[in-house]
Amino acid sequence: MTAVLPESGSADRGPARAKPVHRSRWTSRTAIYFVLVLAAAYSILPLIWLVTASTKSLGDFSTTSAFEFGDFNLWNNIQTLFAQDGGVFVAWIRNSVLYAFVGALIGALICAACGYAIAKIPFRGRNLLFGLTLTGVLVPTTALALPLYLLASELRMVDTFWAVFIPVLTNPFGVYLARVYTDSAVPDEILEAARIDGASEVRTFFTVAMPLMRPGIVTVFLFQFVAIWNNFFLPLIMLTDPKLFPVSLGLYQWSNRATQFPDYNPLVITGSMLAILPLILAFVVLQRQWRSGLAAGGIK
Amino acid sequence: MSVSAPHRPSSDADSRCAPRKRRRKPPRRTGLAAFALAGPFTVLLVGTVLIPVAYAVYLSLFTDRFSGLGFESPRRVFIALGNYWDVLADPAFQVSIRNVVAFALIQVPLMIALALVLAMLLDSAVVRLKQMWSLAVFLPYALPGVIAGLIWAYLYSPGIGPIADLLPFDPLSSGAVLSSIVNIATWQWVGYNVIIFYTALQAVPKELTEAAHVDGAGAFRIAYSIKTPMIKPTIFVSAVFSIIGSLQLFTEPLILRTFTSAVNSTWTPSLYVYESAFVSGDYGRAAAAAVILALASAVLSALVMRLSKRSNR
Repeated sequence: MTAVLPESGSADRGPARAKPVHRSRWTSRTAIYFVLVLAAAYSILPLIWLVTASTKSLGDFSTTSAFEFGDFNLWNNIQTLFAQDGGVFVAWIRNSVLYAFVGALIGALICAACGYAIAKIPFRGRNLLFGLTLTGVLVPTTALALPLYLLASELRMVDTFWAVFIPVLTNPFGVYLARVYTDSAVPDEILEAARIDGASEVRTFFTVAMPLMRPGIVTVFLFQFVAIWNNFFLPLIMLTDPKLFPVSLGLYQWSNRATQFPDYNPLVITGSMLAILPLILAFVVLQRQWRSGLAAGGIK
Repeated sequence: MSVSAPHRPSSDADSRCAPRKRRRKPPRRTGLAAFALAGPFTVLLVGTVLIPVAYAVYLSLFTDRFSGLGFESPRRVFIALGNYWDVLADPAFQVSIRNVVAFALIQVPLMIALALVLAMLLDSAVVRLKQMWSLAVFLPYALPGVIAGLIWAYLYSPGIGPIADLLPFDPLSSGAVLSSIVNIATWQWVGYNVIIFYTALQAVPKELTEAAHVDGAGAFRIAYSIKTPMIKPTIFVSAVFSIIGSLQLFTEPLILRTFTSAVNSTWTPSLYVYESAFVSGDYGRAAAAAVILALASAVLSALVMRLSKRSNR
């Protein structure tokens, strides 16, 4: 289906040279908008379905059509959701925020410091460190999960907050990005001036380099936030205590129960809706940041 | 092999700035500063990547044997590459590889082509509200994979979602489940690639496309013969990341497992690792499968990088 699209566009353009310009403009514009509307509908309709579905009671799924509102059960669903299993859903949301937001914040700072050091401070083993960092980018998380689990169990850290929080701080790609940003955004002359003024290297980093690197650090933060938020394998194998789950693991567990107890279905749907609402809002509000962030990451 | 491709920029940059650096040297002070700034990440890298990788390789060379009647605790026995042969000869692992290869062969070209078409359309002069359109297709990327998987699993489920009723076939049947997973992944990632390609297209010099237009090239011709080759490096990078992602496919099939029996417990290599380690408890076999998976992604990405370098010359 996708292969056909550009050709239909070109077919409109083909005879255009013979005909008046206005008509060809108009038809190609219609074709373009048609494709864009299709793509937008494909992307958005499942989300709209999630919203309408979260207003339904279990019985309404079979009696109402997909995008139709049933009896308005949203408040009821939300109340059940927050009361289920002793209000564990609130803990899941809190945990997700802790893992992803705090993790990405600390992680981005660590990446920025290391990327800056590799770019600006000559120290022994810096090429080795950078080479290992680049290798680290290529190691798939699924290959790391098992040895991490076994190491954590040696250290008696399995099923603790730290078993998930510490590994997700590591972001080799972030160090690579931070190094590239430092090279382009922090001129040597400024650092030299700060050194002459007697500032220590560490102080120079925090007061001189970091403000200059801020757009780059925000990018690293956003990438890492999304990566941690999406990381499912690690919490899945590390955690058994539901109070430590991030929201995605919790909803997965409920969806497993739903095969035996269909009453969980509205909870999973309403929970998913509430869990993604703040994310979608954040992405709409922070458009400028992630757009420039993706641009920087994509060109590399 | 994985190092060879990305290593070049580092050596370039070093030869550029090394002589300048050598002039000033308070070595003790910078040593401490480097320790303070690069130390935390180095500790993390060693502790959560390098040691685990080494540990996985070590584990993959051993197996647990029960001596006698199995009353004693198992002994760890060195079997060299034995686990690797076992994994590679295991029909379940072969099927899992076949599944992700089929997935990648369908999903990656489909998604890249779709993203490229949409980026070209957004790039065309007649389109207004570009921000709004790109935001719309990007939004699914904001969802965690688990929730994206759950939404589509419900949409596919007869009696809950509308799709099973609309389609002439069951999207959760064993014949259709691969395309259903392709659809989930494409839905999640196409917008991300649209933004990346669209941004790259902005960097294509306007003089080039205008010159082609004056020469009588149509919009499609310009898109295909000028714009696409110009952003080829970006397309390659996206392809590499998508291929690595495909090999690691885990969340979506795991979610669908609760909704259909068409996805078994070893449907992808990552599920195979999970099953071997945490259901069968065979750490040696799981580690071997994980190492094979990591090597495969490293080799693949090195290969694509090499190809892209050659085509750029």
